Amino acid sequence: MDEPKVKIRIEGLYKVFGRAPHRGVEMLRAGKSKDEILKKTKLAVGVADASFDVYDGETLVVMGLSGSGKSTLVRCVNRLMEPTAGKIIVDDIDVTALDEAGLREIRRKKFGMVFQSFALFPHKTVLENVEFGLDIQGVPVEERRPKATEALKQVGLDGWGDYYPQNLSGGMKQRVGLARALAVDPDVLLMDEAFSALDPLIRTDMQDELIALESRVKKTILFITHDLDEALKMGDRIVLMRDGGVVQIGTPEEILTHPADEYVSRFVENVDITKVLVASDVMKKPKPVAFVHDGPRTALHKMKEAGLSGIFVVQSDNWKLVGHLTAERAAEAAKAGERWIEHLTTAEACATVPLDEPVRQIFSKVSGNPVAVIDSEGALKGVIVRGTVIAALSERGEDNV
Amino acid sequence: MFNIPKLPLAQWVDAALAWLTAAISPLTRAFAGFVRLGIDGIVSGLGFLPPIVLILLIGALAWWIANRRVAIFSVVGLLFIWNLGLWQPTLSTIALVLVSTLISVMIGAPLGILAGLSERFHRVVTPILDFMQTMPAFVYLIPAIPFFGLGPVAASFATVIFSIPPAIRLTSLGIRQIDKEMIEASDAFGSTRMQKLTKVQLPLALPTIMAGINQTIMLSLSMVVIAAMIGAGGLGGEVWRAIQRLRAGQGVEAGLAVVIIAMILDRITQNIAVSKKTIPS
Repeated sequence: MDEPKVKIRIEGLYKVFGRAPHRGVEMLRAGKSKDEILKKTKLAVGVADASFDVYDGETLVVMGLSGSGKSTLVRCVNRLMEPTAGKIIVDDIDVTALDEAGLREIRRKKFGMVFQSFALFPHKTVLENVEFGLDIQGVPVEERRPKATEALKQVGLDGWGDYYPQNLSGGMKQRVGLARALAVDPDVLLMDEAFSALDPLIRTDMQDELIALESRVKKTILFITHDLDEALKMGDRIVLMRDGGVVQIGTPEEILTHPADEYVSRFVENVDITKVLVASDVMKKPKPVAFVHDGPRTALHKMKEAGLSGIFVVQSDNWKLVGHLTAERAAEAAKAGERWIEHLTTAEACATVPLDEPVRQIFSKVSGNPVAVIDSEGALKGVIVRGTVIAALSERGEDNV
Repeated sequence: MFNIPKLPLAQWVDAALAWLTAAISPLTRAFAGFVRLGIDGIVSGLGFLPPIVLILLIGALAWWIANRRVAIFSVVGLLFIWNLGLWQPTLSTIALVLVSTLISVMIGAPLGILAGLSERFHRVVTPILDFMQTMPAFVYLIPAIPFFGLGPVAASFATVIFSIPPAIRLTSLGIRQIDKEMIEASDAFGSTRMQKLTKVQLPLALPTIMAGINQTIMLSLSMVVIAAMIGAGGLGGEVWRAIQRLRAGQGVEAGLAVVIIAMILDRITQNIAVSKKTIPS
């Protein structure tokens, strides 16, 4: 694949709050911690030496707990907050070097922002809110009204234009917020905890819709969240932040499978989709299986073909699970001249879970051997190995539209 | 400590006032011109209408802006004042209040906007406003005389000084208390400062600004009564005359009229503020 085009490059970004903030940057560069600096100088560190690229057209999620500097970081990108040091380059333009007029121009052309608590204007109707960006660009009413109406349609709020924001539910308000950002047709959507204030069901809907929308409109999205599930679901890549610094950058899969440090792995442990997903969501087809009347050599052959070190043994007529046979045992039996494998299986070593077992519980069972998923009749329906769970989790993040 | 002579503060103030009177006479003349024009215009305009017509008009206005109760109260109260024979002084009091409030808002709102936007200006202006509001109201009567002589213009000047603080304070407060995300949203889409002010800050601050104007009107009315001492005339003049002649009955009549006017003005202007706030819902 070609080297992806960089849309936003963040280079050595620092944001320190307080008087004479450059002292804080010096101290950070000298290796002092956030707490030390606060104690000594009363300076609060927002972002400390963050560097990463956002590729054109991707959804990059910046994730961290509150106080990790993620909201400060996104505000530095369009300079709602003035970076203390470092550069932010958007399409070869150094945002940090722009004067007031240049900054205004780039905010109008490149960015659309969505806020955590919606930030809709209560004195304007929904349509007027959506028009806001175009209005301040001086687009005449007859031209901006159809654009705003179109944006409202995109977020599924057709016909709500004449209402005032206070008549809308939280989810609808944030749709308006999204429409307001989309109406100016920006290259980049900055979404600051955009769905965090919504209740879980609405939130899932909004996530799904944003993913669908993203594939239609092809925007670069910088998405801020404190929720790892959301990050895994939304992100093409994830930037994990702690104490103002970047801890890890990677795809959801990389984050899940190779957490960079203790901090990240603590996050990963608590992935919440494991509660939502059940065995039938993540299991693979049980292929191949050995039947009770197979001989040990047949079983060995099937294992060899599939590159397995063990195989599930089932009744041939109803696929009722009998047990699990390891290659070792099968080899011994073959040497000893055994004809059937039925009595060789080890039912105890073979962990089984019902179809509706939460993935969370499965995690602990898939340490070594694969887990068999069986239905209420005891028939084998699927197989879960450790890799399956993780792959399924990260797939969910990308494909669940 | 005991031998230090008294500081000649009074003399200093007198000297400063004398200098100021001369120095700003073009300004004072302009102010006087504006006030006279305003008061004469309102008094003759309102006085041109027969009282009963005017009373019904005010009633209709109260109904339109506030509600039926306020409208009924206004009509009954004004009829009562008319009946007491206080119609003319009431008109001149209302005129003086309206003109003073207009001036207060014209000066106060821009200063309030400035204080709302600039932290530095806010820090400068706050102690001045505190000072203005803790100063006894009568004190403002004194400098008004050398500038304007006795009469309604001096009264209006003192009234403006006394009633301007809430207009400034609440305009500033209204702008300051706007949710930070609103300002961020406005900035994030690339507003100029002026666009931010006119499209976001002022509309959102409007209810608070209206509350400030309401307070300014109330303070104006109270000051206009006190300013009778320097020739404001109107209902205050009636009260002042009653005090001087120890006529309790007349004093109560005029005082009651002041209260009625105060209540009508308060209810009507309060509802301007509230109705603006609730229009959207």
